[in-house]
Order: sequence, then structure tokens, then C-alpha cells
Amino acid sequence: MIKTKSIIGALLVSMLFAAVPAVAQDHGTPEIKKEAWSFAGPFGTYDRNQLQRGFQVFKEVCSSCHSARLIAFRNLSEPGGPEFTEGQVKALAAEYEINDPEAEGGKRPGIAADRWPSPFANDQEARDANGGALPPDFSVLAKARGTTQPFPWWIFNYFTAYSEGGPDYIHALLNGYVDPPPHGAEVPEGKHYNTYFPGHALGMAPPLSDGLITYEAGETGSVPLTVDQYSRDVASYMMWMAEPHLVARKEAGFQVIAFLLVFAGLMYLVKQKLWSRVEH
Amino acid sequence: MAHESSYVPGNVVEKWIDDRLPIIRWSKEHLMDYPTPKNLNYWWTFGAILAFMLGVQIVTGIILAMHYTPHVSLAFDSVEHIRRDVNGGRIIQAVHATGASMFFAAVYIHMFRGLYFGSYKAPREILWILGVLLFVLMVTTAFMGYVLPWGQMSFWAATVITNILGAIPVLGTPILELLRGGFAVDNATLNRFFSLHYLLPFIIAAVVALHIWALHVPGNNNPIGVEVKSSRETVPFHPYYTMKDLFAVIVFCIPFAWFVFFAPDILGHPDNYIMANSQVTPAHIVPEWYFLPFYAILRAIDFNILFIDSKLGGVIFFAGAILVLFFVPWLDTSKVRSGTFRPIFKWFYWLFVANFVFLTWLGSAPAEGIYVLLSKIATAYYFIYFIIVLPLLGRFETPRPLPTSITESVLAKHKAPAAAQPAAASTSH
Repeated sequence: MIKTKSIIGALLVSMLFAAVPAVAQDHGTPEIKKEAWSFAGPFGTYDRNQLQRGFQVFKEVCSSCHSARLIAFRNLSEPGGPEFTEGQVKALAAEYEINDPEAEGGKRPGIAADRWPSPFANDQEARDANGGALPPDFSVLAKARGTTQPFPWWIFNYFTAYSEGGPDYIHALLNGYVDPPPHGAEVPEGKHYNTYFPGHALGMAPPLSDGLITYEAGETGSVPLTVDQYSRDVASYMMWMAEPHLVARKEAGFQVIAFLLVFAGLMYLVKQKLWSRVEH
Repeated sequence: MAHESSYVPGNVVEKWIDDRLPIIRWSKEHLMDYPTPKNLNYWWTFGAILAFMLGVQIVTGIILAMHYTPHVSLAFDSVEHIRRDVNGGRIIQAVHATGASMFFAAVYIHMFRGLYFGSYKAPREILWILGVLLFVLMVTTAFMGYVLPWGQMSFWAATVITNILGAIPVLGTPILELLRGGFAVDNATLNRFFSLHYLLPFIIAAVVALHIWALHVPGNNNPIGVEVKSSRETVPFHPYYTMKDLFAVIVFCIPFAWFVFFAPDILGHPDNYIMANSQVTPAHIVPEWYFLPFYAILRAIDFNILFIDSKLGGVIFFAGAILVLFFVPWLDTSKVRSGTFRPIFKWFYWLFVANFVFLTWLGSAPAEGIYVLLSKIATAYYFIYFIIVLPLLGRFETPRPLPTSITESVLAKHKAPAAAQPAAASTSH
């Protein structure tokens, strides 16, 4: 027996859930468009080629200022990620010098188990090299950024499992530079006007430009060499860094929910059979 | 509870145990034979769901504590280590973090059910008071747990919320410093919060035992609020309610699993993926969704009341919003338990529910402009409901006639559809 009021009650409670995200909109930043990501939704998976391209953008451009301290070289060959071969990863790691007090001269070539080396020795050095702004670490950055939708659209996020606010923001930010700044906007010396950055004055100069990176063999010709494409690829790669087990998690979730649905169905029958003897 | 024990020791070993520690007898009486009204609806399954959630949180929490490091420079990375490198860690961590939200969703439903069906009325006052105490313990535990990942929101929530205690006259500052272990939120705070976060769930479990004891003395309330009159109106807890509750728990697990596996971060705030930094204040400090109604009440008091400044006033209303719940059994003067038979109460009740949801939303809105005024109005209604509506309604409202017994109500319910569909009724299994 389900009463109308029970339904209303349930609706109100589900709205409690829906009230979660701070309606905290940064004033003056336009709403960020939701992009299509291969890893969105319950059946989402990473596109291996895209992660490899994104890694190339990260390695050649971003990593000169941004660290990724939680990422180890070995992660790059793990299933569900860019899936480079172990040989490739070993060769890649060996290109880097790792600080190791036990090594001769304090440095040694990297191995697969090493973490991604940071471009600066500490935060202060990073600030000094970047006009006072600290380039944030990339390890979980894709989950440390988000987007907001106006009421009532954010309610649907709970039913679509929207978790790509970070990549959406990163993509928007990388495509959001306006030079010269729009009329009336004040941008301090050394800052750059960005439509999507809160306050609009971003310390990072536009890092990407069309044709800046030539994707490695196999991709040539099929993938456009544009800022839009680079930013999609690097945002996907950053999402992978933040959530390296996303694919396995979603696969497990599919099995768990399928199991729960069957189990719930069986328990319902058990309950019905049992209670059929009782007038209630 | 006044019912004869039906337990007969099955063999010499059971007999031997029964003469010394009658734990099997006790279990049979309370976990199996416990007579439960047969007309409980699905809102009554949330007690079992909450017990399940407490178990989930304790088990996942103990495992997380094996891998977590309570130190300001290591805590954030150790949580990431759990997600990345610990076997099954990403699921255990997500279950624990999302579990807090599901736990609160369930407890709010459980409390609103109690408020609607008058489950707090005599002779169940102590049962209700223990329930409110459990809610307070849950709030404290969840708050301390949220600090442990040591992200930006963790740190600033800890700062803002502990600051609240500083508003208490005279004792405020010593309490504040004791709680923080210093003048500011730092490593000492993180360590004591970790310790207390591990301790409190076991206190919750102990109070749950008292809560169930206090339930088993008068027995369950039920949707019509008329006391059980004969044993024919009850069914043994097992298997009737164990199976129904198990079904409800599994259904509850479906949205739970949805969040855990498909959107583990949607109930949190992105800023908590930035490591705590005392030098950078987030643009908007927002607590977890389950604290938002009370956060809205805290912020609504932005004016001085006589000699009480706005900060202390906010704290008084914030604490009062929870403390008032302890007195509900005496504030509600109506003799009728169930809201079903109270035509005017229903309107105020559903307005209260809507108002609570509204407060949740206001708690997430910035404290400026129209939101401040709306928060004040919603806060006012929150208190008016308990302090004015409930006491007065009992005097002025004419309740609808109550069924004399559960049996009568059940018969009436079955007669109505039977009259409409005689064919279906005759073939019902």
C-alpha cells in the first residue's frame, strides 16, 4: 500500500539529497558546458588512445610547471589507464633523474616504481618561477574542480551520476582565455584574462596553441592538432590520474547493482510468501 | 515485555548454558519471538536499515583505520593511498564516505516517521530521547570523520565548527582550546578527532542497545497509533520482520551502490580534494548536506538579541534546534499518536518537512541577500512547530475517530478493496 503522501515524503527526502552542491556560483563566470566524455555515466571507460595523447600533452607542456606527486611511472602501464607497455614505462622512467640520497651523487635514473618527479624542489621555488602563483599539483586536480548548474538542472546530476565537472572545468578553462581582455575588465600585470577562472585573472599564460604538439605515430592525421583537442585529451588524462581505477569501479558497480536487483526481487517474493498467511 | 518465554533448551548443553547464562533464551525472546504489530508499514524498516548502516560504517571504518595516517602532512595522501594502492580500498573508502550520507538519509526518515506517527508519546519517551541522543552522537561522529581526509573543507569545517564553541561565555575559550589541542586547528586536532571518531561509534552501538531495550519494553508503535490489544495483532519478529527488513535493506543498498560505484564524489565537495591549507580560505565553506539545515539555522541569527550577540545567538539556536527534540514528548499535547487521525496536524507536519528541506537548501546558499531573510523565516517555523504548534494543536484540534484496535483497522483496510474487486479478492493467495 503506497499512499500519495508516502510518495510526497519520499520525494522530499530525495530532494534533501539533491540539495547537496553548494549553489555557490562564482559571480560573473558563465555556466560551463557539459562535454561528452568517454568515461561518463555508468558504462563509461577511458579511451586508451586519448589517455596516451593526454599524457603526451601533460609530459611536454603541463609537467614543466605542474607536479603529479601521487602518480608513479608504473601506473602508466596498469590496466584501465594509458596502458603503455612495461618496456615503454621503464624507458620513460629512465629519462628522468630522481633525487635519492643513497645514490652516488644524490641522483639516479628513474625506475618504474618511482613517483613522477616534481618540476620544483618546493612550493616556494614553484611560486618564484611563476610570478607568485603556485601551479597546483595534478594528482587529484580533476576531482578538486567542479561545475555548478542552476536549479533545477543539478537535481538530474544525481540520476545521471554526473562526475565530470572537473574535466568540464579544465576543458573550459584551457579554451577560456581572451586576449585582449573584454572591455572594462582589469587584469593585473602578469595575469591573463580567463572567462571561466573565478575572478578572471589567471596566473597561467595560455599553455596550449594550435599545432603546439605533434601527436606520436599512429595518431597523425586522424586527430586534429587544436587547443580544443589538446585540452580534451589532457583533461581526460587528468581524470585518469585522479581516478585511475574508474573503469574497474564502474564494472564492479554494474555487477553489484545487478546482483542487488535480483536479490531484492527474491527477497520480495520471500516476504510476500511469508506475509500472505497474515492479514495485515 | 510481557510475554512468556517459549524457549525450551533442546539438549543438555543448552540446558547447562541456560542455567548459567540464559543468552540463548534471551536471544530467542528478543531477536526472534519479540511480538511486533502486524500492521507496520515500510517506514518502520528504517530501524533495521540504520542498524545495518552502523555495522557497515564500523566494519569499513576499522579497515580504513588500518591504512590511514592521522598526521597533517600524511593524512590527505594516505586517503589517496587507500584509493589507489590498497586492495579493494577504493570501494571500502567510497562505502564509508557515501555511507555517512546514506546513514543520515535513513536517520532523517526514521526521525520524521517518529514525528508523524507520534512514536515519542507515552510510554515511549525514553525510547525517543535515546534516539535523539543517537542523532547527536551521529552528528558528532560524522563531523569528526569529515575532518580526517584533511582536505580544504575538512580543515575549514573543523575551524568554523569548533569556533562555534568559542562563543560560549566564560567556558568557550578553554573548551575550544581543549578540543583543538591548541589555539588553532592543527595536528593535535586531527589526532584527537581520529581517536574520538574511532571511539564514538562504539558508544553509538551501546546506546543503540539501550534504544532497542527501550523499544522492547512497551513494544513498537504502529501506523494507527493504537496499542496492541491481543497477541493476534502481533507476529513474531522472526521471520516476519527479519525478512521484510532484509528486503528493505537490500532495496536501500541499490541507491547506496549507485553512489558508491558511479558517483562516489557527488555527495561531497570538490574542495576536499585540495589538501588543507590554513593560508587559503575556500570561497564558500559548506558543510556536508546532512548538516545544512542546522547550518542554515546557525547563520540565520545575524542580529543581537538584547545582551546576547549574534554569534552566541546563532549557537543557541543551532543547539536549540537539536535540544528541542528532547522535549517533543511533552511539547506535543495531543492524546492521539498517529498523524493519520489528526487532520490539522498533517498540514503543519508536511509544512515542517518541506521547511526542513528548504533549510537544507538554504544552508548551501551563500549567506547574503534574500537567502538571509528566507533562512530567518524557515528557522522561525522550525521552532514555532515545536514550541507553539505542537502544544496548542493538542488542545484545539478534533481528531478523527480512531479504530478501536489494530484488528479493526486491518479488517477495514481489507474490506474496502474487496468490495471494489470481489473477483480479485476471492483468488488472492
